[in-house]
Amino acid sequence: MQEEYVLRATDIIKSFAGVKALQGVHLEIKKGEIHCLAGENGCGKSTLIKIISGVYSLDSGKVEFNGVDQTHQLSPLNAIMNGIQVIYQDFSIFPNLSVMENLAYNSELMQRRKFVNWKRFRRIAEEAVSKINFNVDLDAKVGTLPVADKQLVAISRALINNAKLIIMDEPTTALTKKEVEALFRIIKDLQKQGIAILFVSHKLDEVFEISERFTILRNGQNVKDGDTSELDSDKFTYYMTGRHFENKHFTAEIKEEKPILEVRNLSREGEYENVTFDLRKGEILGITGLLGSGRTELALSLFGLNKPTSGQILMNGKEIRLDSVQDAMRNKIGYVPEDRLTEGLFLDQSIGRNIVISEMNHFSSKLGIINEEKRDADISKWVSELKIKVADPNLPASTLSGGNQQRIVLAKWLATNPEVLILNGPTVGVDIGSKHDMHAILHELAKNGLGIIIISDDLPEVITNCSRVLIMRGGKITGEVDPLQTTESDLTKQVTGAAVNS
Amino acid sequence: MKNNATVSMRIKNWYGQDRNFARLLIIFILVVIAFSIINPSKFLTVANFQSMVYQFPEFGLMALGVMLTMLLGGIDLSVVGMANLTSIAAASVLVALVPEGASDSQTMLTIIFAVVIGLVVGSAAGYLNGNLVSRLHIPPILATLGTQQLFTGIGLIVTQGSSISRLPAMYAATGKTLVAGFIPLALFFFIAAVIVLSIVLNKTKFGMSLYMMGSNPVASKFSGLNNTALTNRAYLMSGTLSAMAGLIMLVNYNSAKADYGTAYQLQTILIVVLGGVNPNGGFGKVGGVTLAILILQILSSGLNMFPNISNFYRQLIWGGVLLAVLTLNYFTQLREQKKISTSYKSGKTEPAKA
Amino acid sequence: MNKIKKMTHQTEFYIFLVIIVLACIIQGRSGQFFTGNNIVSLLNAMIVPALFSIGTFMIIVSGGIDVSFPAVAALTSYVVTVVLNAADYTGPIVVPFLFAGALGLACGAFNALFIAKMRLPALIATLGTQSVFRGILQGALNAQQINDLPISMKEFGDTNLLVSSNEAGVTSLLPIAFLVLVVVVVIAFIIMRYTMLGRGIYAIGGDENSANRAGFKVMKIQFFVYCFAGVLAGVTGVIRASMMNMVHPTNMFGMEMTVIAAIVLGGTSITGGTGTLTGTMLGTFLLTMVSNSLIMLGVPSYWQDFMTGLLIIVGTAVSSIQILRSQKQKKNSLSRASS
Repeated sequence: MQEEYVLRATDIIKSFAGVKALQGVHLEIKKGEIHCLAGENGCGKSTLIKIISGVYSLDSGKVEFNGVDQTHQLSPLNAIMNGIQVIYQDFSIFPNLSVMENLAYNSELMQRRKFVNWKRFRRIAEEAVSKINFNVDLDAKVGTLPVADKQLVAISRALINNAKLIIMDEPTTALTKKEVEALFRIIKDLQKQGIAILFVSHKLDEVFEISERFTILRNGQNVKDGDTSELDSDKFTYYMTGRHFENKHFTAEIKEEKPILEVRNLSREGEYENVTFDLRKGEILGITGLLGSGRTELALSLFGLNKPTSGQILMNGKEIRLDSVQDAMRNKIGYVPEDRLTEGLFLDQSIGRNIVISEMNHFSSKLGIINEEKRDADISKWVSELKIKVADPNLPASTLSGGNQQRIVLAKWLATNPEVLILNGPTVGVDIGSKHDMHAILHELAKNGLGIIIISDDLPEVITNCSRVLIMRGGKITGEVDPLQTTESDLTKQVTGAAVNS
Repeated sequence: MKNNATVSMRIKNWYGQDRNFARLLIIFILVVIAFSIINPSKFLTVANFQSMVYQFPEFGLMALGVMLTMLLGGIDLSVVGMANLTSIAAASVLVALVPEGASDSQTMLTIIFAVVIGLVVGSAAGYLNGNLVSRLHIPPILATLGTQQLFTGIGLIVTQGSSISRLPAMYAATGKTLVAGFIPLALFFFIAAVIVLSIVLNKTKFGMSLYMMGSNPVASKFSGLNNTALTNRAYLMSGTLSAMAGLIMLVNYNSAKADYGTAYQLQTILIVVLGGVNPNGGFGKVGGVTLAILILQILSSGLNMFPNISNFYRQLIWGGVLLAVLTLNYFTQLREQKKISTSYKSGKTEPAKA
Repeated sequence: MNKIKKMTHQTEFYIFLVIIVLACIIQGRSGQFFTGNNIVSLLNAMIVPALFSIGTFMIIVSGGIDVSFPAVAALTSYVVTVVLNAADYTGPIVVPFLFAGALGLACGAFNALFIAKMRLPALIATLGTQSVFRGILQGALNAQQINDLPISMKEFGDTNLLVSSNEAGVTSLLPIAFLVLVVVVVIAFIIMRYTMLGRGIYAIGGDENSANRAGFKVMKIQFFVYCFAGVLAGVTGVIRASMMNMVHPTNMFGMEMTVIAAIVLGGTSITGGTGTLTGTMLGTFLLTMVSNSLIMLGVPSYWQDFMTGLLIIVGTAVSSIQILRSQKQKKNSLSRASS
């Protein structure tokens, strides 16, 4: 009899250092279906995947591949032998080696080959890329490819060993909209070939678009599973977080008509050109655009990390030069970076130090001697002001959840008493719950007179939270919309340029 | 549940920070007791302690310099080169500018001048290291490996491969004066350096910035710290400290040569690692490093009391101690990791960020 | 056409150019570069550093580093000589080589224990083991110079592949040890290019996590590179002793710097993952040429350290600036492509 399930995991229990990460979770994937595994950060998604792929061992439970009990044989090799392939977020590639080698190694190693046959490598690679019609120079070094192509290398590689189930861990994080669409086409295509896909995500639009069935985890437990057609966005959010949210549109209370920040014809060769806009106190200005539209480059220029080639920046009517972060800070500009873990946080250092690192001048003498009382007072002030849940500010920042970590980064900049705060992707990788809290904080800050710029490609985010939205495409500002008068699909068209081209 | 975890984490954190110091203190006491018992007639003598206090400031100062660079996640393999270059510079000045039969005051002035020149040379050498790392982005290992060779090379060229001696007697005599009647000048400078560095690292913006940048240089850039300046300053200070060491070496040996003290290169790294500085940067205390310096000096002096043990054994012992400390750290870490995930299958840990 | 273009993108090409230019300069100044004698003595001088560089090259490609190999070579060659002398050994050269290789293997495994098993920083670990090896040699064994070698070693050193002499009657010799170098280069080339082990060395140098997930045995590969380098260091020690017709406990110390410099100059990334044997050989040739020619140009020998240091710094600076620039270009072209 044909077995219906390619994967069945039941009653999986796993704890780390006494903390239960998975408390009897089950996950069933039918042959050839696209299944979505959703849940907030720390819900146990990654742990579950790592158990299936044999990276972690399980404490108890049962795992079946194609109807055969494999609970006691789980290992990375066993998973591959059974046609289970995982594509991790970092794609597990070798940037220093050619596409061909990246594609060939896994299967060569599986067959325990000792010697290299470059012709066979090429054959394997050609066959692999042809399965998804991926057009790439097999001799190119993978490190030189764009992100989307790196992902396709990883997907092609997964297909070599007669994959029956491909697990994709947050595959869309680093992709542009177009690339996501291309990826989805490939996923559908793979499905036609009878391959099941487990799609791990917490983005609800993607879940709706691609998957047929879903499983949602919360705190290491199953909350709900079923057909995606039974799901709507409110339910989805509720299952993920256990909370109900209402989306309140932000309206600005402009206190002064005179802009605090003026950007005039700012250009940087090859990145963006002739960018002009104003920002007033109390406003939340959104800048949205696709990856590569120049939005991040522009943001870095406003923070002194990417020197513009021409144009002017004015603060309070006076022209300023931003050649370094120190210049930006002197002019009271703060920046919450896109990549919290590498650019925002000192993970091993204490929470307190993370909060006050950028405002050391506030509590130190001219000679640079730190007044510890003042420092500790500052730390506790920001911890309570932003409601950061900490047991002790002397603990390393790595002990905090993603949402609280993001608050630390925000606190760091608020502590410098900025007049303009730029946030690049402020809620990337943050749970829905924390996301709403973060937005509420930003609304409050704007009400108190801060000028805020949110740079984001999360369109619902900019629509609900900004008082004005600028659209960036191909390095230029191509339009401005009033979020109260626009819809997401409208904005999508403008961002991708679909409306203009037609 | 969560609260419990954080409390235990806090205890672990405190323990982690001070455990190293406590461990070093125990080793220190044990070593002192051991030598006092084995050979009290030689170890517990004024002469022995006197010779010790003249010796350890040499490599101690260099080790403090290495520590600063390692806090940044770098390393300085050129401290010995900088020290020798300094002493060669100072010696050249002394030999060239002090004529025979010069008056005391004239000699003294020249000595001050030579010391200043020496400090400038050492600091400049350190600044060069800093720039190679911060501006040209050469990995610190390679940059300082190269400059170690370069500084030694310059020293060899200046001295034409031999040594500079026949220094005015006053230099060594001045170097051996006792501050406040009982602290040798070299020791005085060492103590001063330790105090200044503790204050700098614990109580100043610069110190805090150093630790933070050592933890995550990208985040420090995005937090408005000036990474280039911090790196330059750390390596420059390493140069200055090495220069002080070089001037002390000139007092102790009464001559300058391009390849004195080559064993210190390893010894300084041993001290810094033994002292609990994280080779990846971000963590480490002056107190730990100072204790490690003292432990090494006592071990070294203790070994001196056994004339049948060849001097070369010392290398074996230093290397052995370094590897032993690293191994010990490895096993303590392993035990802690096991506690965290008893069932992590693959032998390798994946990065914590994943 | 494509091939030529590709060639100009490689570091090897530029080192080759530098070598040619430098050779012409030396030829112009001294008129003695392109002589049989000079070429033969250059090749002669290159044998030992080149042998060292092969093992170290593999280590650096795997993402590690090793500064202990001169100590390993000194220790093994000393032990081999003393033991064989004591046994009045008169047999073939194979035995000293095997013996030295075995001792070198043990030293390499000792290194690997700390680096592959305990995952300690390679530089600090090998600084430590270097000190231990030296301590054993000079402390425990109280090593002194030995001028009497076992006959086979002596003969091996005296057998020449090439003899070149000029009108003045000065002869330059290329010992048979050069053949060993050629053989080792071929073996290393085959390992790096035609075995999964060799590709694994590149793979772990590129990304250890990915290598692990792909099924490479990371720890085994690391053990292999350190052990291989250890064996090579041992054999090289014996070759060095044969060539100099003596064993000296310290005269190889310091070579670690020049060897690493040669590898990095040859285009191998110090952080691992990229580099070629060709580049390593060219880099070694360049450094040997510089130090040999200093004498020819009448520069005193104490300039040597300075020149080596300068070359390391200039070489690494050039490659790190290149990397920075290519990153910038990549970023620019990326944003242009998507806009």
